[in-house]
Amino acid sequence: MEKFAVLNGLVAPLDRENVDTDAIIPKQFLKSIHRTGFGAFCFDEWRYLDRGYIGIDPASRKLNPDFELNRARYQGASILLARKNFGCGSSREHAPWALEQYGIRAIIAPSFADIFFNNCFKSGLLPIMLPEQVIGQLFAEVEANEGYRLTVDLEQQAVTTPSGETIPFKVDPFRRHRLLNGLDDIGETLLEADAIAAFEKVHLARSPWLDYRPAD
Amino acid sequence: MGKTLYEKVWDAHVVKQGDDGSCLIYIDRHIMHEVTSPQAFEGLKLAGRKVWRTSSVIATPDHNVPTTERSKGIDDEISALQVSTLVDNCADHGIPFFSLEDRRQGIVHVIGPEQGATLPGTTIVCGDSHTSTHGAFGALAFGIGTSDVEHVMATQCMLMKKSRNMLVRVEGTPAAGVTAKDIVLHVIGVIGTAGGSGHTIEFAGSAIRGLSMEGRMTVCNMAIEAGARAGMIAVDETTINYLKGRPYAPAGADWDAAVVSWRGLHSDPDAVFDRVVEINASTIEPQVSWGTSPEMVLPVSGRIPDPAAERDPGWREAMERALTYMGLEPNTPIGDIAIDKVFIGSCTNSRIEDLRAAARVVEGRRVAANVSLAMVVPGSGLVKAQAEQEGLDRIFLAAGFEWREPGCSMCLGMNNDRLAAGERCASTSNRNFEGRQGAGGRTHLVSPQMAAAAAVSGHFVDARSLA
Ligand code: SF4
Repeated sequence: MEKFAVLNGLVAPLDRENVDTDAIIPKQFLKSIHRTGFGAFCFDEWRYLDRGYIGIDPASRKLNPDFELNRARYQGASILLARKNFGCGSSREHAPWALEQYGIRAIIAPSFADIFFNNCFKSGLLPIMLPEQVIGQLFAEVEANEGYRLTVDLEQQAVTTPSGETIPFKVDPFRRHRLLNGLDDIGETLLEADAIAAFEKVHLARSPWLDYRPAD
Repeated sequence: MGKTLYEKVWDAHVVKQGDDGSCLIYIDRHIMHEVTSPQAFEGLKLAGRKVWRTSSVIATPDHNVPTTERSKGIDDEISALQVSTLVDNCADHGIPFFSLEDRRQGIVHVIGPEQGATLPGTTIVCGDSHTSTHGAFGALAFGIGTSDVEHVMATQCMLMKKSRNMLVRVEGTPAAGVTAKDIVLHVIGVIGTAGGSGHTIEFAGSAIRGLSMEGRMTVCNMAIEAGARAGMIAVDETTINYLKGRPYAPAGADWDAAVVSWRGLHSDPDAVFDRVVEINASTIEPQVSWGTSPEMVLPVSGRIPDPAAERDPGWREAMERALTYMGLEPNTPIGDIAIDKVFIGSCTNSRIEDLRAAARVVEGRRVAANVSLAMVVPGSGLVKAQAEQEGLDRIFLAAGFEWREPGCSMCLGMNNDRLAAGERCASTSNRNFEGRQGAGGRTHLVSPQMAAAAAVSGHFVDARSLA
């Protein structure tokens, strides 16, 4: 996983609540057995006027001019400003993959759905929770200033606005540590393999049926 | 201080507690399907890692599979590849697998309990958010993303933080014809789709205890729609009776030992919850969702709300957006909404009890002329066989329903079962998000009885009036 260094990026606003994972990446793209190739289909139903499918030629597609992220001023954004309960719905990690492959590295919202929030860290995407009132202020500033950029510093746990205002945020220490260092979760957990094996031995001895494999 | 049910199961699975707030939690059961697993297997392979304990896994294809005749395999090449990838991966790693031809194939959250692979007091994960379903057995069950699917395969553990405890107590006797689905839709209407965020919800109270296991699964299934990663219900005789004799359940002396330990799986009287919500079951009516979020729900006697009367600007905007998408006018009585399609199925409502309840409403009636498709998709091959043995298939077929093969089907429309743009559906599934059942499709979430009643009436109607 890529390390998360200090990010200075263009901010794009998505002004709606409860943005669900079906909207972030519609079901037809979940048929892929690959981990990449989702960026072109991020927000597919909102972003395009036609219906996308795996294998469609991106050059042939009609962009929806009414979708805010399609506006010229937000092209190249790496920070998504969103409303509450972002990422609700399914556990599909294809949602953070799609956002990351679309170019987003950090999402700032008042709240996130639990599974999505957790999945983000696995894809090197940083979800940042800020109070609703601060989010409201950021939406106003983005709208008012073309080319609005924020600096996200995970080490310092602070977002800095163009005017120099610093907004603190908090990330769980273990998640922060892994994202900052680009550590592989599985590798880290396997350092505890002996402890897991020891636990398992006692656990399965107490409940041997957990290890059952009924005959077909 | 006493413990909550959640804390009891959590504490029994802590392998290691970090000083940074994280815990390594041992996972007893891992259920797998074709959509969220291929990249996990790929990752495992690239790193040269093995599956830690193959006996913990069961796998089946469900999301992507056709529900029509499928003896010749899957037409759609991309879907076929995804399913065959699961077949190969399971064979390579020695993972128990229920193939498309196996009678035990079905929706992951239907077959786990059906096989007795879902057991009280266990930790259960699956790359699917509706894994919360299994919490009906006093298990701690939650959905995970693909990276965690890989992590659990490689380490048999999850790295996570303990959530907060929330109690939803539903007391009283629901009126006849008010189902588990109506209870949980009502609860979501009360606490909202983010109401349970960061919490594990325990559902308790006399109305919950009075439910069958099927009903309890319906309730826990939708805990995720209330924002909670997991929902749980205490173990009682209903739980124990359901499990006895199932293939993966303990047998003989193991059964007796297991039952003794399971009986302790309830919150202690002095357990402390971070949040408690009290619901009176006797006031709940059959529910119908009207918008694009499960919290946008009303009793069947209600009218579509008017955004103009809403004070909160964020919510007003969400309502307006939802009504535009749904093609609905404020103040329309729910009963005046005509439908185009009916879907009875999904991991929320495709078990035998659901099919029986729907069949009772349908029996002796015909699908209304304006309904272009009414389909029943049993949750598993075994549910289908049971229903056929009881003659339910003939009731549905005689009324003009289609009787399909098991799978997720039109719950998410990854196969050919989809709504066309603008089509309106009475659906027993769990999500009414924009485009969920097909791009531009309009979903109304209801109970099996209510879906059946809508099918034969052509519009929403209180199913109790057809009893
Ligand atoms: S039936 Fe629907 S909600 Fe349930 S697992 Fe399948 S797609 Fe998900």
